[in-house]
Amino acid sequence: MMLQHKHLLGLEGYPAEDIQTIIDTAFKFREVLDRPIKKVPSLQGVTIVNLFFENSTRTRISFELAQKRLSADTVNFSASSSSLKKGESFKDTAQNIEAMKIDAVVMRHPTPGAPKLLTEFIDAVVINAGDGTHEHPTQAILDMMSLHEKFGKLKGLKIGIVGDISHSRVALSNIYGLLIMGAEVTLCGPPNLIPPFIKELGVEVSTQIDEVIEWADALNVLRIQRERMGLGLVPSTREYRAMFGLTQERLDTHKKEIVIMHPGPMNRGVEIDGTVADGDQAIILDQVLNGVASRMAILYLLCGGKSSEGDES
Amino acid sequence: MKIEKIADNLVLKNGTIIDPYLGKTYEGDVWIKNGKIAGVGNINIPNDSTIINCSGKTITHGFCDIHVHFREPGREDKESLQTGSRAAMAGGFTRVCVMPNTNPPLDTPESINFIIKKAEKCPIHIHPIGAVTKTQGGNDLTEMGLMHQEGAVAFSDDGLPIQDGAMMRIALEYSTLMDLPIINHAEDECLRAEGVMHEGKISTHLGLQGNPDLAESAMVHRDLELAEFTGARLHVPHVSSEKAVHHIRKMKINNEKVTAEVTPHHLFFNDEALRCFNTNLKVAPPIRTEKDRKALIEGVLDGTLDCIATDHAPHTIEDKETTFDLASFGMIGLESCFGAVKKVLVDEEGMTLESLIKLLTVNPRNIMGFDSDLFGEGIEAELIVVDSDQEWTFSREHVQSRSINSPFYNKGLSGKVIHTISCGFITNN
Ligand SMILES: [Zn+2]
Repeated sequence: MMLQHKHLLGLEGYPAEDIQTIIDTAFKFREVLDRPIKKVPSLQGVTIVNLFFENSTRTRISFELAQKRLSADTVNFSASSSSLKKGESFKDTAQNIEAMKIDAVVMRHPTPGAPKLLTEFIDAVVINAGDGTHEHPTQAILDMMSLHEKFGKLKGLKIGIVGDISHSRVALSNIYGLLIMGAEVTLCGPPNLIPPFIKELGVEVSTQIDEVIEWADALNVLRIQRERMGLGLVPSTREYRAMFGLTQERLDTHKKEIVIMHPGPMNRGVEIDGTVADGDQAIILDQVLNGVASRMAILYLLCGGKSSEGDES
Repeated sequence: MKIEKIADNLVLKNGTIIDPYLGKTYEGDVWIKNGKIAGVGNINIPNDSTIINCSGKTITHGFCDIHVHFREPGREDKESLQTGSRAAMAGGFTRVCVMPNTNPPLDTPESINFIIKKAEKCPIHIHPIGAVTKTQGGNDLTEMGLMHQEGAVAFSDDGLPIQDGAMMRIALEYSTLMDLPIINHAEDECLRAEGVMHEGKISTHLGLQGNPDLAESAMVHRDLELAEFTGARLHVPHVSSEKAVHHIRKMKINNEKVTAEVTPHHLFFNDEALRCFNTNLKVAPPIRTEKDRKALIEGVLDGTLDCIATDHAPHTIEDKETTFDLASFGMIGLESCFGAVKKVLVDEEGMTLESLIKLLTVNPRNIMGFDSDLFGEGIEAELIVVDSDQEWTFSREHVQSRSINSPFYNKGLSGKVIHTISCGFITNN
């Protein structure tokens, strides 16, 4: 095995050298993606199930593309969590999939810990594609790869994460990964959307976005879900934009070099202005491409044991 | 575990007798004739006696658990009065109070009578606790007076907090008619929200919805104030937080009608144990921090918390072998209770064995108004024999409950119940 852990469930406690290995490998696959023929035979004969208990167009397409680029056989399985509650148990679903003799499962599930539970029922490699408000490790890895691409390093970088931290698996995985790699992290958002115990993870917390912009090398702007607007958590869209939105005016007043990231999908005009998202400082589309490369690297490193070293010709 | 009828003449010989009622510890024998205490101390053993050598062992009162869920009627696939009785005896319990959150709930005199009748065929004493409100719906008072006449020993909507402060006030006021305790599962449902574990560092790590200690302490505080105002008897079940211990300690200075219990699992575990998403540790109120655990221990040591109760809550495998959000709340606890609390309170915290035994015998019996002089001549034998020094590892073979949802597997425990004598039966554990 090329990584120390069989599965990728989360980045909490993940070895720094393995994160580096994934990022380095991802850059190699990124070269493949820039070629006219974007396919390598690395995972020929490997069968992967994309098991999605929650809708996620972007993450699923990114994984599917990564699998196709690596020549793996893939099957998609979508089940809404509400049907799961009524019908077949999680255990039965898991065991059915196991019985079909597959090599890996990429799973998105609304409940924290579900990927860990899956490993108790099946032998295949499990890759967490997001478990509720817990982790989304592949997103954090693609974010770190994108930062690495921009800055040539992660150690010592100052990263601000802005938005709804309480309901964000992206934030949590980014915190774990960035701290492991030696970066500094400051969280910024409405006080009621920042978990009260989050500082114990080793991050700073600020409610003043302008302070964070001054401080940071890069900002990761999280999607603020419209469902939360006006439902007690956030008073209104315009208030959120005024207090925490990465607006063009705000960015202009700071007159500084700063890298802007967003995991998508964006609410233009709410947490980020369209002009900022489309501007020179944003690397949002690089993140999307790096997402495919990172997932190729992860799949290759975790499932590549059976096939020969992928010659990239 | 074997359960047998006891011999006409049974002698527990050469044991260390701990009498938690008189507060005495001495060496001696206990003679049980036709199921009743015939003599204690140095006795002339009748010729035809069955003798159990108890040297090196402790002979004491059978334990009393005032908070168990035996799921009958309605969910006999999880537990029944019979299977629950076996679990109780395995843990040294000869007397339990069953919570009314059954299906249907115990909210009428008829349903109380159902339990009383069925309990007659069980090898331990089972007392029903009646619901406070009809269907445990939180709105309309049950026929507490008639339920009391049928044998209800307390009232509770356990599992469901009495959310409405005015309803709680009415219930407490009315309960003074019978002078029975009201037991409110204290968790503010709005503050608890969708919380599935204690809100703190670990829930933040795991991304699981947190249930803050405030959800408990705010409601405990409300209940204490209402209890003082009404002069009613309030019993606070399964205290889990430092803040709640603090409120109870303060209120007890002026109000001796307030009592409280703590569970073995809240004394034994802290929320670090949930790191592996073990659903057997999902319980309400949740397992909290080490600081809370230490505060609970302090509360036991200074008498703020009166007794230990297991909140034995059986669930099927399917209820627990699922994702954390869907898993049921609760764990079984009768079989592992003594070994767990003896390890924590005696071995680790230096409490005397005598004091611990009071927390499992005299103290809970006082709360429910049961007689406590169990070594008196002519009293029906309700005793246990304990190997208090035995170190053992809890495993599936120790479970007598119909359900197996215990978080104690592979945990080292200290002190084991060897025999339980109750209702004319004796176990060999
Ligand atoms: Zn309860």
